[in-house]
Amino acid sequence: MRFSGLRVLKEGLTGNKGWTPHWRDPEPRPEYDIVIIGGGGHGLSTAYYLAKEHGLTNVAVLEKGYIGGGNVGRNTTIVRANYFLQGNSEFYSHSLKLWEGLEEDLNYNVMHSQRGIINLFHSDGQRDAAARRGNMMISQGDDAILLSRDELRKMLPYLNYDDLRFPIYGGLYHPRGGTARHDAVAWGYARGADQRGVDLIQNCEVTGIDIKNGAVRGVQTTRGPIRARKVAMVVAGRSSQVAAMAGMRLPIESHVLQAFVTEGLKPVIDHVVTFGMGHFYISQSDKGGLVFGGDLDFYASYAARGNLPTVENVMEAGMALMPMIGKARVLRSWGGIMDMSPDGSPIIDRTHIDGLYLNCGWNYGGFKAVPGSGHVFAHLIATDRHHENATKFRLDRFRTGRGVMDEEGKGSQHNLH
Amino acid sequence: MRIKGKGLIDRSRSIPFMFDGVRYSGFEGDTLASALLANGVRLMGRSFKYHRPRGVLTAGSEEPNALVTVGSGASQEPNVRATVQEIYAGLEACSQNRWPSLNFDLLAANDLAAPFLGAGFYYKTFMWPKSFWEKVYEPIIRRAAGLGALSGQDNVDKYERAWAFCDLLVIGAGPAGLMAALVAGRAGADVILADEGSRMGGRLLAETYEIDGKPGHVWVDEVQAELEAMDNVRLMTRTSVAGVYDQGTYAALERVHHHDGRHPHGAPLETFWRIVAKRSVLAAGALERPVAFRDNDRPGIMTAGAVRAYLNRWGVSAGKNVTVFGNTDDIHRTARDLLAAGVHVAAVIDSRHDAPLSDDYPVLRGAQVCGSSGRKGLEAITVRRPSGEERIQTDCLAMTGGWNPSVHLTCHMNGRPTWRRDIAAFVPTPGAVPGMVPAGACNGSFSTAACLREGIAAAGEALADLGVKLPEVAVPEAEDTPYEIAQLWAVPGKGRAWLDFQNDVTVKDVKQAAVENFRSVEHMKRYTTQGMATDQGKNSNVAALAVLADATGRGISETGTTTFRPPYAPVSIAAIAAGAEGRGFRPQRFTTSHKASVARGAPMIEAGLWYRPSYFPKPGETTWRQSCDREVRMVREAVGVCDVSTLGKIDIQGPDAGAFLDFVYTNMFSTLKVGRVRYGLMLREDGYVMDDGTTARLGQHHYLMTTTTAAAGDVMKHLEFVHQGLRPELDVCFASVTEQWAQFAVAGPKSRDLLNGLLEKPLSDEEWPFMACGPVKVLGVEGRLFRISFSGEHAYEIAVPARYGASLFDILAERAEALGGGPYGMEALNVLRIEKGHITHAEIHGRTTAFDIGMGRMVSQKKDCIGKTMSERPGLEEEGREQLVGLKPVGESKQLLAGAHLYNEGAEPTRVNDQGYVTSVCYSPTLGHMIGLGFLADGPERHGETVKMVDGLRGVTTLCKVVDPVFFDPEGGRVRG
Amino acid sequence: MRITCPYCGERDRREFYYRGAATDLDRPAPDAGEEAWENFVFLRENPAGVTRDLWYHEGGCGAWVVVTRNTVTHEVLETRLASEARS
Repeated sequence: MRFSGLRVLKEGLTGNKGWTPHWRDPEPRPEYDIVIIGGGGHGLSTAYYLAKEHGLTNVAVLEKGYIGGGNVGRNTTIVRANYFLQGNSEFYSHSLKLWEGLEEDLNYNVMHSQRGIINLFHSDGQRDAAARRGNMMISQGDDAILLSRDELRKMLPYLNYDDLRFPIYGGLYHPRGGTARHDAVAWGYARGADQRGVDLIQNCEVTGIDIKNGAVRGVQTTRGPIRARKVAMVVAGRSSQVAAMAGMRLPIESHVLQAFVTEGLKPVIDHVVTFGMGHFYISQSDKGGLVFGGDLDFYASYAARGNLPTVENVMEAGMALMPMIGKARVLRSWGGIMDMSPDGSPIIDRTHIDGLYLNCGWNYGGFKAVPGSGHVFAHLIATDRHHENATKFRLDRFRTGRGVMDEEGKGSQHNLH
Repeated sequence: MRIKGKGLIDRSRSIPFMFDGVRYSGFEGDTLASALLANGVRLMGRSFKYHRPRGVLTAGSEEPNALVTVGSGASQEPNVRATVQEIYAGLEACSQNRWPSLNFDLLAANDLAAPFLGAGFYYKTFMWPKSFWEKVYEPIIRRAAGLGALSGQDNVDKYERAWAFCDLLVIGAGPAGLMAALVAGRAGADVILADEGSRMGGRLLAETYEIDGKPGHVWVDEVQAELEAMDNVRLMTRTSVAGVYDQGTYAALERVHHHDGRHPHGAPLETFWRIVAKRSVLAAGALERPVAFRDNDRPGIMTAGAVRAYLNRWGVSAGKNVTVFGNTDDIHRTARDLLAAGVHVAAVIDSRHDAPLSDDYPVLRGAQVCGSSGRKGLEAITVRRPSGEERIQTDCLAMTGGWNPSVHLTCHMNGRPTWRRDIAAFVPTPGAVPGMVPAGACNGSFSTAACLREGIAAAGEALADLGVKLPEVAVPEAEDTPYEIAQLWAVPGKGRAWLDFQNDVTVKDVKQAAVENFRSVEHMKRYTTQGMATDQGKNSNVAALAVLADATGRGISETGTTTFRPPYAPVSIAAIAAGAEGRGFRPQRFTTSHKASVARGAPMIEAGLWYRPSYFPKPGETTWRQSCDREVRMVREAVGVCDVSTLGKIDIQGPDAGAFLDFVYTNMFSTLKVGRVRYGLMLREDGYVMDDGTTARLGQHHYLMTTTTAAAGDVMKHLEFVHQGLRPELDVCFASVTEQWAQFAVAGPKSRDLLNGLLEKPLSDEEWPFMACGPVKVLGVEGRLFRISFSGEHAYEIAVPARYGASLFDILAERAEALGGGPYGMEALNVLRIEKGHITHAEIHGRTTAFDIGMGRMVSQKKDCIGKTMSERPGLEEEGREQLVGLKPVGESKQLLAGAHLYNEGAEPTRVNDQGYVTSVCYSPTLGHMIGLGFLADGPERHGETVKMVDGLRGVTTLCKVVDPVFFDPEGGRVRG
Repeated sequence: MRITCPYCGERDRREFYYRGAATDLDRPAPDAGEEAWENFVFLRENPAGVTRDLWYHEGGCGAWVVVTRNTVTHEVLETRLASEARS
């Protein structure tokens, strides 16, 4: 079924009786060309682009819970392309371009809203770092504007310009940055993949990866064995456990990142604003809730929930930066499991096992990468060559020291990125 | 309608208040909702999506409909539950999410368009044309959405954060909680009893139950009096336990002054509590659930428990002609309470075929309410019986679909509740929260007697392993009626039957979600927004789940629940962040010369948590550059004084101190002579530069390390880790002495002249050569002197105990001025170091190696050190790496900008052509032009080459010559001279 | 979250700095080879379950502490001084 305003009208007039499932619930078949482990945003977009770009439709996505149930459904929905290191820069630029055509491509309104992102800076040194970043964005062909304090005052009058502990010097403005409706991204890709023949198998947990003579043969699941020549692991949050089934030890540590939403409020924040001194970022959803978050809880965790010190830190940053949000009430908080890598950048690569591919290590930047990640990962799986915009996300970069992309400059301690 | 003689309100105290500009009055003890009902006001809000007229549904914090805005100006508070807000003289409340008025809301037109706005409609449309999303659709949706509005003004109210510790936290002060607190208190345990209500008692205040033959509220008062008399018990009303965290940490919000609108001096509006409890008893009670039937959302339709609460606690009848509908004996209790108060009960509609009959009111057995009418308030209901449909006039329908135990807090640590078929409800799964024992209604035990019994038992269980022995307590006498329920979720039929009132989610929406294969409970929730309103689904989730289970042919327990997450009830950001506004966000650190610098007019800038002077303006200087240039010349030509106390100082002592330093620095320190200083480079274990600084050897077993200001804390942690974790066998210890010593750079050709007057003995090159250090007496004070230089001039750093810092700075500054110099600030310091090619964290930003900054040879090949092995990875020292260079403008543009990128002269400034970037720039008054430091691919091999600096952000392109990073005095003659 | 410092007793999590897996104590010899070093600096067991990790009592006594902990439930099972816990 093709979605359109006309269809909504027609269904509305006929009692909304004609709607059909957005995707099927097929039984798993005994064999596929390609099995994708993980029905999150990245897994679903990988399946979609395998089908769309490479004509590979004998594909199954295996999801242990419900599709879109991982971090794609629990994040602060920010979409941006403002990286400054080679490798990251071209990749996120590529991803943003895919976002910009996503609704037409998927025939699904993912509410991609290019409302603009402003990264504030608070010292001369931070301005220099912001300038380095902005200049890289421009040289990559993306948009960046350096805003002075006075320009910011006009744009974001509600910030604390008078007695903030770390005064606002200015901001790096990325007009094409913004937000999207996170769940819809997963559903849109799921529907698109399903329509092209991909089998989305929910409630199907992979319990083993079959390897023979250094090559992958298939997977064992809670719904029986499935044979496949190619298996792709796209399970951020559980990467270490799934890779362990293939005998691999990853450069990943799992951490909890909390996020928060307030009760609905009339529009008050029109952009995405980030406050580096407090690791705080905020936007307002179309529903009216302020959606915001901060730093990790900093201890390794799979609990998908956090603790009070980080809750308080996040609120402190919010109040310090924008004291007008004080009477907004936090309605719900949640935690996601982050694949933290030793340089803060992801891994999209083949493994030492033939036919086994790895996509992990998204730290807390995975949501905006959903289109790009799926697109380049599909390319890698289909052609066994890295996509031109994802040549640097190599698994061996830590061993060789070549092409490490440490945007934060924090080094090998995973939780500092 | 107020009922004479009923309620726990003080009728002697009449309180005026305003709602939507109209003046009303209520009594002390009223909530806004009870007072409005007493005044005959039924319409209190509008729903989120369809702007349907809504009245109050409940009598508690779970209220989804009656949300109002209280106050105005900076104190304006949106989304306040009228059911929680107590009235006080001067209270001004307004309805919200309506325009132009609550009674006439233009957006109610949405309701007419409802067939097109069902579940998930927005995913299917608003896609054409593409640019319309941001420009047209989204702004319209945003304006229509949202509930109340923030004022947009900075917060002016006071909030606090506090800690509390106890043996036992009792959450909820109904019969179960009160009994638990009472027995634990009598046993001598430290107890905190917290309840979200304005007074203790819970449902006992809302019902007509007796305990030990006394009215419930009288028993409550007696227990409360006994608890208040105990030193080991703390009673906290208006305190909602909001979240459960690890190892017995609880978050709670106390509403300290919302109820009286007063702001007594120093008292906060709210306090956010962190309560650390060894054990807890959850006695949070239960919440009643509505029944979904056509148009079940009209003002006047409310839960039966709320109708009884308004009647018994506040003396208000929610209607004059009431009907009651439901599936448990509660409906009969409701009818009896109303009749006893003289209110007419038109009919009791009991869905159970075997319901008890009554002589006092008509009972329609096996019947269901299937519709209602009345535009802005209930006028009539339609009842379906086996014999047909019947219309009954009524202005208030009290309904119940049964009770949901308040299991929420037991789910905050990922616990999943257990479905109990017999009571058609979820109950806590034992052990869901370590150390928490549920009791009473929240545990699925609904009779008063059961609550009292379980309260005692829970306290005993919770305290048993703390070694607290409970006294024998008789269980008070109370009703013990069994709870009999016939499942009733949604009455079949046409039209829209509401589940989530606020978010306008209907039974149809849930069914449509299932048809579209959003069959997982999480999918259904996210697709329909069911349970995502301000009540987090407290009123509707279970019924929605039952509808989904039915639609997908599964059982309720198989369907599962969504996860309840903190907070239980919403908590204001200001409360959680209390104290962090403005400068309270982070500590402020001040040097001993801070006041003197400010007195000299220096703008102070942030350096980490410290403040440092930017420059010291002189009369006639109108820009920072003038001051900075003068200060640089002053240091190069005479003498300057600069407070460098913010650099980290770590005192390192022990026989193995030298060996330890050899292990943390790339270069050798065990060979350093006593009385000498050496520059050291420190790597992270992954081979990148961590920090740099000088370390002095003050004695055979005594070193003093300096770190950069920014890295002081990290280096301290690092040293302790390397010692305790990797080399515990080394006999060495560390103490941060950053704040114990005030340290000043005295730099310039006249530095020795300046110091000579202050020290016991004149300085000489023989005794004090470059990189010497040692103890000195400074005007009689034991101090330390280091002949080191960041500026490249003949220079010293002089340190005295911090208590002498302020006076020494004054003396140094005055003496410098007398010699043609003076104090200098961060700007000049920065210029001086760039001229000398000295690096800071602009260059060692965590991605650079010793090789990159031209210090590869400082990594000693004679020994191991932290980071050495990984620094030898091929990618860290091979061709093509960006390495440190100096940059000098040579073209028409003379401007350099930090953050600009470097390209080959003829190349397009695109990413693929990127050759490096600029890290630090300044105008060098010494050289008469701008200079810069930066990183350039294979830079050291390219000295003399011309490259192009491009700053696309600021529209600047400058041709630069690549030069050695040391611009000034490369031979270093001045520093030794 | 509460952690028991072997010196100071039970304290709130906010007094501690977290570093990562306690395998950071098992530093290989300089010549142990590329694989051992990659393993040590970058790769992690990262269990969903019981783990041992390193915490620094930064807001207290300055002890590095090895905490045995469950990453799924956040239960703390044991704490020991790092200087005594090297495996």
